[in-house]
Amino acid sequence: MATGRARRVGDNTATRRTLIALAALITALFLFMPLVVIIAEAFAAGWSGYIGNILDDYTLDAIGLTLFVALLTVPITLVFGVFMAWLVTRFQFPGRKLLTALIDIPFAVSPIVAGLLYLLLYGRNGWIGEWLGRYDIQLMFAWPGIVMVTIFVTCPFVARELIPVMQQQGSDEEEAGVVLGASGWQLFRRVTFPNIRWALLYGVILTNARAVGEFGAVSVVSGSIRGQTNTLPLQVELLYQDANVVGAFAAASLLAGIALITLVAKSIVEWRQDRP
Amino acid sequence: MQAEASSISSSAAKRVLPGFGLSLGVSLFFLALVVLLPITGLFIRAAGMGWEAFWFVISDPRVVAAFRVTVLTALAASLFNCVFGVLMAWVLVRYSFPGRRLLDALMDLPFALPTAVAGITLAALFAENGWYGQALARVGIEVAYTPLGIIVAMAFTSVPFVVRTVQPVLEDLPGEDEEAAMSLGASDLTVFRRILLPGLWPAIVTGGGLSFARSLGEYGAVIFIAGNSPYISEVISLMILVRLEEYDFPAASAIAAVVLSASLLLLLAISVWQERSVKRLHGA
Repeated sequence: MATGRARRVGDNTATRRTLIALAALITALFLFMPLVVIIAEAFAAGWSGYIGNILDDYTLDAIGLTLFVALLTVPITLVFGVFMAWLVTRFQFPGRKLLTALIDIPFAVSPIVAGLLYLLLYGRNGWIGEWLGRYDIQLMFAWPGIVMVTIFVTCPFVARELIPVMQQQGSDEEEAGVVLGASGWQLFRRVTFPNIRWALLYGVILTNARAVGEFGAVSVVSGSIRGQTNTLPLQVELLYQDANVVGAFAAASLLAGIALITLVAKSIVEWRQDRP
Repeated sequence: MQAEASSISSSAAKRVLPGFGLSLGVSLFFLALVVLLPITGLFIRAAGMGWEAFWFVISDPRVVAAFRVTVLTALAASLFNCVFGVLMAWVLVRYSFPGRRLLDALMDLPFALPTAVAGITLAALFAENGWYGQALARVGIEVAYTPLGIIVAMAFTSVPFVVRTVQPVLEDLPGEDEEAAMSLGASDLTVFRRILLPGLWPAIVTGGGLSFARSLGEYGAVIFIAGNSPYISEVISLMILVRLEEYDFPAASAIAAVVLSASLLLLLAISVWQERSVKRLHGA
């Protein structure tokens, strides 16, 4: 340690060891043990019980709907995120700062409020919902409503991941591309995309994790009809309230698995960004 | 300097790079449709109620109690995260040790784990017969189904905020003043308090503010462990849902309008604060 570097705060061994131990202990108790509990509870009835719970018809339906919602949500927020990031990092215009601040709003809104916003507008008594009702179109308490609130909740993720990376990169390479006669699409695919693909990938993974796991907003607009509008997080709640704790944790273990994949992906993406 | 250079180059790019109209159109259309329209709708609904009806809903003792419980527990959870977050950021930035990467990765777990999963898991841990609940019961502490449970749930879901805002600032903090003070014989604690903390403070406040904003609206993680008894352990987002289940849309809208205003004001305050402290630190 003493390679001629000046002494800094917390360098002495006792302080160092105490702080590391404290940090590791709290993290283990507070963040790691929950993962252990999920596994322990999910497998409380053994392997066959676990498989049985996962293959339960309603749980399978919930998995299907959840994947369907994510499949619709991710591409939409991806397209928005790329355009948004391109706009605020490549151009100067009045209102740019305000626009950048607007993207963060969904992060600050309570999930329950988010669900209510859509219910008020598109529900049977809502302005748009009433009008749509005349044509027999029902968005709330059906899968479109779930997709709509999920888009609201997840729309900042891709943009938020891309903006700092694209800002740092600057636009010199792209300007060179324009001078060489590249079209807009060629520019994005050949110049911008290779530079941002890791941030983009992580943004998509984050969006997916949140889309799959959103609970509060979805529970306001879904109506939780078993086998029809029940997403996996809602199914976890339903099973838990039915006092089927093992079943609830079995379903929860799938979501925890997606969360772990997200964490691993983040580590890999950070590692790749460090050495391009 | 770097920011200045990039802003010059991108203002030049305005004339060079394609896609300004298209990306402006797509972004504005999306934001207007997905974010601004629904928010405006809620405020118009709440305003349409008239002041008296609005006040009647908001001043209901059960609603007031829910507001109080939510603000106090969110405050406690954010304070915990300020301390824990600084500790984690410090350990992750300043020391290298086996398992550091794992510890670093685990910090993001609360964002990646769906809130409902966090909720049932914490409830299982802290319930009377749970691993932690049993141990805590022996010393007479009850967590599950009390306001303490709400604090635990809120603290869990907002762990990453302070860690992730303090970490980069701590990495970039210049070492000269610290090293000079240490070589002059000041104690670790004094140097931390007098020299490092002032530099970290803006990041701690920002992270703590974000953590508080998130906790104010938290629902999924809280409801399973809170017990949800009116006046004692009922949070405000649950209160909105309760009114909604009574088909009392105006009341739900009124409460939601208050919560939404609070979140938006907090967001605004945090970004103004952030901008000012960046200017102060970099003297721009």
